[in-house]
Amino acid sequence: MAIMTYADAAKAGLAEEMRRDPHVWAVGEDLGRGGVFGQYGGMLAEFGPERISDAPISEACIMGAAVGAAMMGTRPVVEMRFSDFALCAIDELVNQAAKARYMFGGQARVPLVVREPIGMWRSSAAQHSQSLESWYTHIPGLVVVCPSSPADNKGLLKTAIRSDDPVVYMEHKGLWPVEGEVPEGDHLVPFGKANVLREGRDVTIVSWSAQVHLCMKAAEQLAKDGIEAEVIDLRTLWPWDKDRVLASVEKTGRLIVAQEAVSVSGFGAEIAATVSETLHGALKAPVKRLGAPRIPVSYAPPLEDKARVTADQIAAAATALVGR
Amino acid sequence: MAVAARKTSGGGRTDRGAAAETAVDPAVSEVPANNPPPFTEAEDLSAYHEMLLIRRFEEKAGQLYGMGLIGGFCHLYIGQEAVVVGMQMAANEGDEVITGYRDHGHMLACGMDPRGVMAELTGRRGGYSKGKGGSMHMFSKEKAFYGGHGIVGAQVSLGTGLGLANWYREDGKVALVYFGDGAANQGQVYESFNMAELWKLPVVYIIENNKYAMGTSVNRASAQTDFSKRGVSFNIPGEQVDGMDVRAVREAGQRAIDFARSGKGPYILEMQTYRYRGHSMSDPAKYRTKDEVAKMREERDPIEMVRKRLLESHKVGEDELKKIDAKVREIVNDSAEFASHDPEPDPAELWTDILVEVRA
Ligand SMILES: Cc1ncc(C[n+]2csc(CCOP(=O)(O)OP(=O)(O)O)c2C)c(N)n1
Ligand SMILES: [Mg+2]
Repeated sequence: MAIMTYADAAKAGLAEEMRRDPHVWAVGEDLGRGGVFGQYGGMLAEFGPERISDAPISEACIMGAAVGAAMMGTRPVVEMRFSDFALCAIDELVNQAAKARYMFGGQARVPLVVREPIGMWRSSAAQHSQSLESWYTHIPGLVVVCPSSPADNKGLLKTAIRSDDPVVYMEHKGLWPVEGEVPEGDHLVPFGKANVLREGRDVTIVSWSAQVHLCMKAAEQLAKDGIEAEVIDLRTLWPWDKDRVLASVEKTGRLIVAQEAVSVSGFGAEIAATVSETLHGALKAPVKRLGAPRIPVSYAPPLEDKARVTADQIAAAATALVGR
Repeated sequence: MAVAARKTSGGGRTDRGAAAETAVDPAVSEVPANNPPPFTEAEDLSAYHEMLLIRRFEEKAGQLYGMGLIGGFCHLYIGQEAVVVGMQMAANEGDEVITGYRDHGHMLACGMDPRGVMAELTGRRGGYSKGKGGSMHMFSKEKAFYGGHGIVGAQVSLGTGLGLANWYREDGKVALVYFGDGAANQGQVYESFNMAELWKLPVVYIIENNKYAMGTSVNRASAQTDFSKRGVSFNIPGEQVDGMDVRAVREAGQRAIDFARSGKGPYILEMQTYRYRGHSMSDPAKYRTKDEVAKMREERDPIEMVRKRLLESHKVGEDELKKIDAKVREIVNDSAEFASHDPEPDPAELWTDILVEVRA
């Protein structure tokens, strides 16, 4: 095990896959210099400009060309820099990449990874702060990944690159400098397997991406008051680990879903609906969803902060559900 | 390896490799040989004042950023002042302006209040967007400034729409649409060119070629680096302009604006310019040499050029220029003072201006 940042862990995962498979290559704007957050730092020297490829500012064509190159059997890793910019290439991803396999009767495969960093990042404002993961969960044919830790960022990225399906890979901008233990070598984290970060009998808290860390903080606060929260990091939103979540809620009888994204039509709604459809009788309290208000993200820090779901809010919601 | 086995003779691959491996890529090409008519003393004085205001404002913004009063993304316009100032000298009042995120200079040149711009940078109530937008997102309907856009290239189709509205209303106005050399590679630019020419819309597209898009030099990103030719297949006339010389900008700008206003359709101006600072406040700009920047500053500085003319040709005294300097500093200091003390937004603002009625 080595201690690595979230950024370096992803870099290690990508580099390993590029060494392992010559068909893996990365493309995006200004990648050669290391990417916006240093997540490609130094890779140009090892892999050269054909595989760490600087593209013109042409998101639609970057994505479309990557889809075409993926159909030919290469494995592009497309860097979109911010999930907001990927919206310039939504047709190529949603109408083309996501549909090809089904629509062409299984003949076309699109082994594509699209990296789309999400989340608020101090004062980045409305066009550089969005968390759009739930959009992609709505699209049949896409896999959606939201890693929360350095180890997962390595293991999930490696799995994504080896996947024969298009994967929307959403790292959180606030997590790049976060450090953690990362297994060396072939560390692969499977899709659809949640990570139970903390076991507890009183309330289940489901989350993903950076919000997971706030849930853990809330759980620690709750433990001091004698409330034992079970914290589940979904890791991948599609496929998502329904079994693990249902088993947990069956045990605790209470569910909180916490997300940084806008709550309305967010993935939390899918989890809440699934739990109420399946476990109605087992619930001791109504399901609670926490997420951002339906408001564009502000520039000024006091307004930006008002849209965040805090550890205190999560703890307060849990306390209310438990009835203390 | 399948990838390496491919032929590398000719074409982009070898070139691309060579370009990317060179740490520094001299992107600065020859200055176009325009020979613009001279400015009157009053015109030079006005250009001097306007450009200096932008320069000092940007320097102050840089300082406030360093002090932590400004956050997020902040892109300075230092070095490019002659472009927007020259264009505004050619434009009529009411002609619309739209640009990307490197927008402070455009706003000042449109006559927007420096206090309101600086206060937006510090995220305060008195900012043009009430603190909600920040550096990249400001707007003033009153001054016909239509933003302030963070998505590279987005302003080009929106700007085409400004021209469309002018055409629709037959109001005789022209839309001035600014974008960078990097943005010029977005597909919607060409969709815009086609539509604007097809419908003969009154739009002037101003490509601010400052030689870099973040760390990528023009040569590494563009197959056709003569941006004035980007409209050729749409039959849109284009010109390369010395964007460091405010007289050349004003002259070409006048030609382009007159053309568009007369109903002949869009026009493209490639402004050859240069940004002295990094792409944004967080860019150490290692992709170019210090010499390249120093050479530009020393030989081509747009403000120095006017200053020299004022002293040598117009025989304006140092004293008078000092007075302008002092006046500009006062405006800028006042804006910084205001922007540092204006209160932060009221939390209730979170819920305003989402939809006509709050339905969040
Ligand atoms: C759609 C989109 N892609 C990428 C970016 C990131 N980005 C911001 S500025 C920039 C470079 C633009 O360069 P250029 O158009 O030359 O303008 P300049 O910064 O030189 O003024 C890039 C790639 C973005 N904001 N939006
Ligand atoms: Mg540029």
